[in-house]
Amino acid sequence: MDFFTLIQILDATVRLAIPLLLACLAGLFSERAGIFDIGLEGKMLAAAFFSAAIASMTGSVWIGLLAGIAASLFLSGVHGLASITFRGNQLISGVAINFLAAGMTVLIAQSWFSQGGRTPSLSGAERFNPINFPGALTTTNEVKAASPLMQVYSELLSGHSLLVYVALLTVPMTWWLLYRTRFGLRLRAVGENPAAVDTAGVSVVGLRYAAVAICGILCGIAGAYLSTALQAGFVKDMSAGRGFIALAALIFAKWRPWHALYATFLFGLFQALELRPDVIEAVIGMKVQGQFLGTLPYIMTVVILAGFVGKAIPPRAGGEPYVKER
Amino acid sequence: MDVMPKWAEVVLVPLISLLLAAILSGLVILAIGEDPIAALKLMIDGALGSTYGWGYTLYYATNFMFTGLAVSVAFHARLFNIGGEGQAMLGGLGVALACLFIPWPHWSLGLLGAIVLAGAFGAVWAAVPAYLQAKRGSHIVITTIMFNFIAAAVLNYMLVNVLRPKGAMDPATARFPEAVHLPSLHDILAPIGINFSKAAPANVSLLVAIIACVLVWLLIWRTKLGYEIRAYGHSESAAKYAGISPVKITMIAMIISGALAGMMAINNVMGEAERLVLNATEGAGFIGIAVALMGRSHPLGVFIAAILFGFLYQGGAELALWTSIPRELIVVIQALVILFTGALDNMVRMPLERIFLALRKEGN
Repeated sequence: MDFFTLIQILDATVRLAIPLLLACLAGLFSERAGIFDIGLEGKMLAAAFFSAAIASMTGSVWIGLLAGIAASLFLSGVHGLASITFRGNQLISGVAINFLAAGMTVLIAQSWFSQGGRTPSLSGAERFNPINFPGALTTTNEVKAASPLMQVYSELLSGHSLLVYVALLTVPMTWWLLYRTRFGLRLRAVGENPAAVDTAGVSVVGLRYAAVAICGILCGIAGAYLSTALQAGFVKDMSAGRGFIALAALIFAKWRPWHALYATFLFGLFQALELRPDVIEAVIGMKVQGQFLGTLPYIMTVVILAGFVGKAIPPRAGGEPYVKER
Repeated sequence: MDVMPKWAEVVLVPLISLLLAAILSGLVILAIGEDPIAALKLMIDGALGSTYGWGYTLYYATNFMFTGLAVSVAFHARLFNIGGEGQAMLGGLGVALACLFIPWPHWSLGLLGAIVLAGAFGAVWAAVPAYLQAKRGSHIVITTIMFNFIAAAVLNYMLVNVLRPKGAMDPATARFPEAVHLPSLHDILAPIGINFSKAAPANVSLLVAIIACVLVWLLIWRTKLGYEIRAYGHSESAAKYAGISPVKITMIAMIISGALAGMMAINNVMGEAERLVLNATEGAGFIGIAVALMGRSHPLGVFIAAILFGFLYQGGAELALWTSIPRELIVVIQALVILFTGALDNMVRMPLERIFLALRKEGN
């Protein structure tokens, strides 16, 4: 394997890890506030559909992005209503949201576009197009012939869509918000010991709704990325289990923002390698089942959860509705 | 202590939740520019209007009875088994191995063997998450979700690389031998003079599912083990104090749950397809969640809810065939049922409790 192939695989890793990263951080906000969210998948899917559909109708990817975020926020609102206001089972609510999104996206897509549950393919201003850094080479042949440093600059760093850079910025922002602001301290506290937060005179319900809303926004961006940047348009079930891989990454990262970055990039690498069986065969000298790589995140999560490689301890009040004592 | 009378708890709350789900589904149909009343008529016609329709409705209902019971048993121990889908896939593998590699002299023996193997495969697939929950504290919801994906990969591998007959293109096993062909409802009902549709896939597994409903009822409400499962589900600390082992209950409840989900395969794999194909479960494992919630985890409730979902499934297929409403409508209805009967349960319950409280005060 030459250097350029390595760079190409890393480039694909970045592109595939971004939706995982955004969804993982979304889950991080929600679960750190004590609200389990297995509906990340559904929120991403809904956002993917609405951003592609509205972008295609209005011709502007920005309006599409807003529509995607709005759709994801709506589902977050349902989740909040069920799990915060009505103190229902958060896991069941998440399951319902996943199915709601899976069914509604196809239903609406068929009703609006009649193309068998997909949106028209997007082009030009309807998509988030690659941003080329100054001086970066753009064609594959040019990059291949350039020096290694130039290859890294042109192929790996340059040429991603805006959302990729936004997602990468979200990591330090999440860290800062959680660990360096009053809001973050309270948010983490509400996931560990809501009664103490309540005693301090801070609204548990308000904080949890805020966390669920942030989760909705991030899932919205993740979904928009899928249909307007990674691919050009929505297809049925396009989130393809990414919400669950993000959930796995969240456990892998033990609910910490920087570790979320590492975990999602590791899982992104698996996905990138799954697309290049030729490279794996050349490197380790034997054929590896593509499905095995695809399944690796799930297997690793089970192993981590089992506590064989360090223990993953979730926020203590996670999954428990808060009942104020009367 | 109970604010509401029992009939309200058992009948009124689920009925109102269902009504809300139905109204919203109707609005969804309206919003995509179709007539909900006409759609409902078409569904009833297609699913219940002929023995052919009934045959499909009951075929789907059989699947959902098994998966619904599976989720229910786990619910009684306050365990949420989302892994029914993966356990049913593994059950399919068990059925395929039983039918392909053991020369059964008669279908009845084959069915028994298939039940044992399907149950065992499903149980093993549930036992690993159960063990990790009981011994290592790993959250069973997350592990069972992960096991669904792992099961799909295992099945894919087995079908593509191991069980596929030489020269065949599609990832599926060979056809099962004629000896293990299960009698359909047509074969069963013909001797007593009922002419049931020959083409419909409903088969003798329906009877097995009904027996399973009765057995689960006996287990949960008439045995010491069932009492222990329910006690553990109500209060872990009280159960512990009473000498009930959490590890034992978690393991047993999940093993029974997994076995029930796995047994679904005798219907869809052995009874209908008569070979194991990819995605044979078609999401029935997840519908089990909706069925269990709607049936309030009671076998009778599960039985009724399974038939209702069987009707929705077959009716939805008819809709997709005759109108421009896609099959995904069922997924939406399923989501709304889960949402209203499961997650938003308190939204219905809280105002009702207030009404009953007010009525009681007036009565005094």
